[in-house]
Amino acid sequence: SDVYVRLGDNVREGQTLCIIEAMKLMNEIEAETTGKISEICVKNGSPVEFGTVLFRIEP
Amino acid sequence: MSERAIKKLLIANRGEIALRILRAAKELGIKTVAVYSTADRESLHVRFADEAICIGPPQSNESYLNVPRILAAAEVSGADAIHPGYGFLSERAEFAEQVVANGLIWVGPHPQAIRMMGEKSLAKATMKAAGVPVVPGSEGILSSAQEALEIAEQIGYPVLLKAVAGGGGRGMRIVRDSELMESIYGIASAEAESAFTCADLYLEKLILEPRHIEVQVIGDKYGNAIHLGERDCSVQRRHQKLIEEAPSPVVTPDIRAKLGEAAVQGALRVGYDSLGTMEFVYDKEGNFYFIEMNTRIQVEHPITEQITRVDLVKEQIRIAAGQKLSKTQSQVFMRGHCIEVRINAEDPDKNFMPSPREITALHFPGGPGIRIDSCAYQGFKIPPYYDSMIGKLIVFGADRTEALARMRRALEESIIEGPKTTIPLFQKIMNNPKFISGNYDTSFLESTILK
Repeated sequence: SDVYVRLGDNVREGQTLCIIEAMKLMNEIEAETTGKISEICVKNGSPVEFGTVLFRIEP
Repeated sequence: MSERAIKKLLIANRGEIALRILRAAKELGIKTVAVYSTADRESLHVRFADEAICIGPPQSNESYLNVPRILAAAEVSGADAIHPGYGFLSERAEFAEQVVANGLIWVGPHPQAIRMMGEKSLAKATMKAAGVPVVPGSEGILSSAQEALEIAEQIGYPVLLKAVAGGGGRGMRIVRDSELMESIYGIASAEAESAFTCADLYLEKLILEPRHIEVQVIGDKYGNAIHLGERDCSVQRRHQKLIEEAPSPVVTPDIRAKLGEAAVQGALRVGYDSLGTMEFVYDKEGNFYFIEMNTRIQVEHPITEQITRVDLVKEQIRIAAGQKLSKTQSQVFMRGHCIEVRINAEDPDKNFMPSPREITALHFPGGPGIRIDSCAYQGFKIPPYYDSMIGKLIVFGADRTEALARMRRALEESIIEGPKTTIPLFQKIMNNPKFISGNYDTSFLESTILK
């Protein structure tokens, strides 16, 4: 399936950046600000926890 | 019933009990997963666990009490069992059910036992039906202050109005006279509604000069249940235990047998299949009455471990994995005497004000008969969000005299700088003639030491 965003993409506030799956539920994670993806901090499929930085967006 | 091996255990707790569970799991060759709030990132059990997953901010509702996050952590880590420790979710029947529904092993009794024993007047009725002596009082929930008055008339004042959803010393009000019943009933009901979202009350005779004596029971999934003797937890402040000892200085072998028998009968009645504690109130004449059952591991479990040489946490994990009890009743022995003090980061001279500071210097005592169950280390910053207990000093001796001398020695050796602690209070108590005599009751701390 297609990725949601790539490095360098311009994103809008509220745009879905990725999905976090927990307990068989899919949670869409939305951009908190409009800008450019300057860093993708996690690999697809890796476990994440509270406080993990997922993306960096340059406004 | 068959065995279901546990390969990876998620510890749904924090502090010293999380460390205790981790130690037992390691010794059993089981991998450990710690879940923690951001406030506990530097805690010992998080550092020692094979995997650690941050599940939220400091607030318990968003971390240690947050069921979806804990279950998600179990899923992500591939844990096959969850140990709830004490407090937090350990006595939430719904959580136990959800753990099981998610295909995980619950290290605790079957959820129905948690539910039954959690509703205090139902617990009492169940025990009564099993032939366990109970405190005289109402049969179940009171329908009105009038009913309370009638029952109190029969059993005699003073009486206690207790919240059905309460427990652990909370939600209780004394009524000394019939004239006060109506108004106190109203207050107690309102308090119960606000604290436990359930206004239901039940009534009990107030036993005077009581001792708090509890019995450790263990049951397995094959219908076996044994007891491991009693613990005397009468040194309390506001119903919170500070010192525990095993065996009780006043319980005779004859009464021990009766207490044990009653506790086992109660456990068998509810098909109890894990670690549990039957709490009794014990009067001057040596009569004991059931007050409540705790369906989890308890803070003071180490003193039973020391005198019986049974590792209760390992036993609890094995039972959850479907193994039979490792001992029969006749194989249980009790040797020596053990005393535990709960070291809290509180200032006993300032009304036990919490003192959540960084521990700048720490030296725990050592030598024969000393056991420390603590998550404290030099440099540890005690988080202010949770309870103030930073460790337990557990001292064992061949008899009570040696245990007392050893405890005095151990307390003197202890150095904790940074936070204020209850160590000076324990030094006072260990030198107090009443405590030394063994003839103290639950009023001892507040009426003798803290006056």
